[in-house]
Amino acid sequence: MSAQTHPASGQIAQGQIAPIHTDQAYNFAYLDEETKRMIRRALLKGLAVPGYQVPFASREMPMPYGWGTGGVQVTAACLTPDDVLKVIDQGADDTTNAVSIRKFFQRTAGVATTEQTTVATVIQTRHRIPETDLSEGQILVYQVPIPEPLRFLEPRETETRKMHSLEEYGLMHVRLYEDIARHGQIATSYAYPVKVEGRYVMDPSPIPKFDNPKLSQNAAIQLFGAGREQRIYALPPYTDVVSLDFEDHPFQASKADHACDLCGSNTAYLDEVIIDDAGGRMFVCSDTDYCSTRRAQGHVGRLGTAQEHVA
Amino acid sequence: MYVAVKGGERAIDAAHAWLAEERRGDLSVDELSTRQIEEQLTLAVNRVMAEGSLYDRELAALAIKQSRGDLIEAIFLIRAYRTTLPRFGSSRPVDTGEMACIRRISATFKDAPGGQVLGPTFDYTHRLLDFKLLAEGDVAPAPVAQATPGPVPHITEFLNKDGLIEDQPHDDTQPNDLTREPLELPADRALRLQALTRGDEGFVLGMAYSTQRGYGRTHAFVGELRIGLCPVSLDIPELGFAIELGEVELTECETVNQFKGSKTEPPQFTRGYGLVFGQSERKAISMSLVDRALRWRELGEDNVGAPAQDAEFVLYHCDNIQATGFLEHIKLPHYVDFQAELELIRRLRAEATANATANATATALASTDMNEAAE
Repeated sequence: MSAQTHPASGQIAQGQIAPIHTDQAYNFAYLDEETKRMIRRALLKGLAVPGYQVPFASREMPMPYGWGTGGVQVTAACLTPDDVLKVIDQGADDTTNAVSIRKFFQRTAGVATTEQTTVATVIQTRHRIPETDLSEGQILVYQVPIPEPLRFLEPRETETRKMHSLEEYGLMHVRLYEDIARHGQIATSYAYPVKVEGRYVMDPSPIPKFDNPKLSQNAAIQLFGAGREQRIYALPPYTDVVSLDFEDHPFQASKADHACDLCGSNTAYLDEVIIDDAGGRMFVCSDTDYCSTRRAQGHVGRLGTAQEHVA
Repeated sequence: MYVAVKGGERAIDAAHAWLAEERRGDLSVDELSTRQIEEQLTLAVNRVMAEGSLYDRELAALAIKQSRGDLIEAIFLIRAYRTTLPRFGSSRPVDTGEMACIRRISATFKDAPGGQVLGPTFDYTHRLLDFKLLAEGDVAPAPVAQATPGPVPHITEFLNKDGLIEDQPHDDTQPNDLTREPLELPADRALRLQALTRGDEGFVLGMAYSTQRGYGRTHAFVGELRIGLCPVSLDIPELGFAIELGEVELTECETVNQFKGSKTEPPQFTRGYGLVFGQSERKAISMSLVDRALRWRELGEDNVGAPAQDAEFVLYHCDNIQATGFLEHIKLPHYVDFQAELELIRRLRAEATANATANATATALASTDMNEAAE
């Protein structure tokens, strides 16, 4: 394999829609209709109160807690037979857990799947927001491990819920300030806390802070599911989302200071890959669909080779 | 050349095929049947039913076979199956006083109506490997005694007659269902007991043990431990009466705990309660100790800050399916976050190095100045 193949490009060809083999032994999208209704109610409440964590009776799913059961339940509650589903993990469609979740919905819901961000109607993601802008009518479902942004400041759920209801977020600002005092900057690089519509402090799930600006004023519906912690929260389209910072230490979205070695993008979030025993590195887009689309358009990075232009 | 993490789909399929092969093991050895597991690994089956919250021996045995004997994995299979089952209704509360006991012991009274029955227990066996079992020797039949029919009274009720133990008034409030509603705190006792009965045996044991060693001590005596079959019946609205659906094997433990009294309660004995599917003694006893420790608030006791007194700590961490899933998820790729951390640590180090160099230069300059001044 040459360097021009993306490290994690999937087996489903670009623009094609994968075939359908549904498992008839289960209800559409696995969950029974009553459970889906319960989840939809929580989703509606979440959308009505953006950033508020709605408790929901999370079910045991046939994949382990911590592996996306919250996202899977939200996706299951949102899917209709006409949907086109995209699943990414670390920005890539071909990472093992993304493959596993996509297979799960192919089997239980028989929905069409895609790798193209623009074609998908529902995108389930872990740790990234796609580089390509989302549009109205799309739903982005996040898998969330710890929904509580205050959890590592206060381990008790009873306390953190009280803090949210009283809008008592001083502790969070103290933590960010201590970072600055110690390191000269806010030393949080992912799961960077945000404030939603000036009210709730929210954990954006462990996306790199590079992705935080995309949370705000997004045209798509953003839904967050935490299965083990039994919480759902949401951002309706065009919600104001502000990353916490200080006037003299403004928030900065950061990424590796390189261009993608395959597609040459200067603006996409990059993965760093060790390529030889001497510790040589290459940097490639973490968003595999974005990278391959650019290469198909003729963009070539430092280690890439020109692709035949796809009309 | 860059060799990539490609072909996740093919790798997964191949891994699953390999797993299936490993599960079967050496083909020249007879395959284990689920009936054998049900009959000969009964206590494993019991644990899977208890923590899987599903009373079905055959499915539990299947789960154990499929999981290669990894009981937490088996419990997970059962839980994931159970969650898809429709609900027809709620049974009537089982009456453990009606239990057909195979074992019933009390540590607080030498004898009691109904008698003490040791039953099939490991207690008093010497833990010596029985090498005869290597040769799969037959078992001599055990002596048979005449069963005493009729209800078996609860031993704690004898204490209750004298008012020596706290009364537990009858309560028909429909308890919350942990599997249908999210756990919200504070959790009442019914909900705590639900969480404990499906909680991880090792975790609940550890918590119980910690109370014995002084972390929230509750001075427990096993008032009674009983194991046996109890009938389960369901009210059928169309019929207007309850019909018996079958029997479940249960282990019930009632502890009697010292209590010196508090501002609100006179000195009397108090109760801890454990009820678990199957013959699961260790779990039932552990559960009753933890139950009692968690009751500190209603009894007006001090919170000494012991883990077993902390309902939020116990309830949020006792479920092994939640725990193992989250623990093992750190095997999943995290390279996006790790990349963000790499950038951060590089930046912090660059700044620290720059500061150190600047400081060293400043110090060197200052000392030159001082030397010059001294000269």
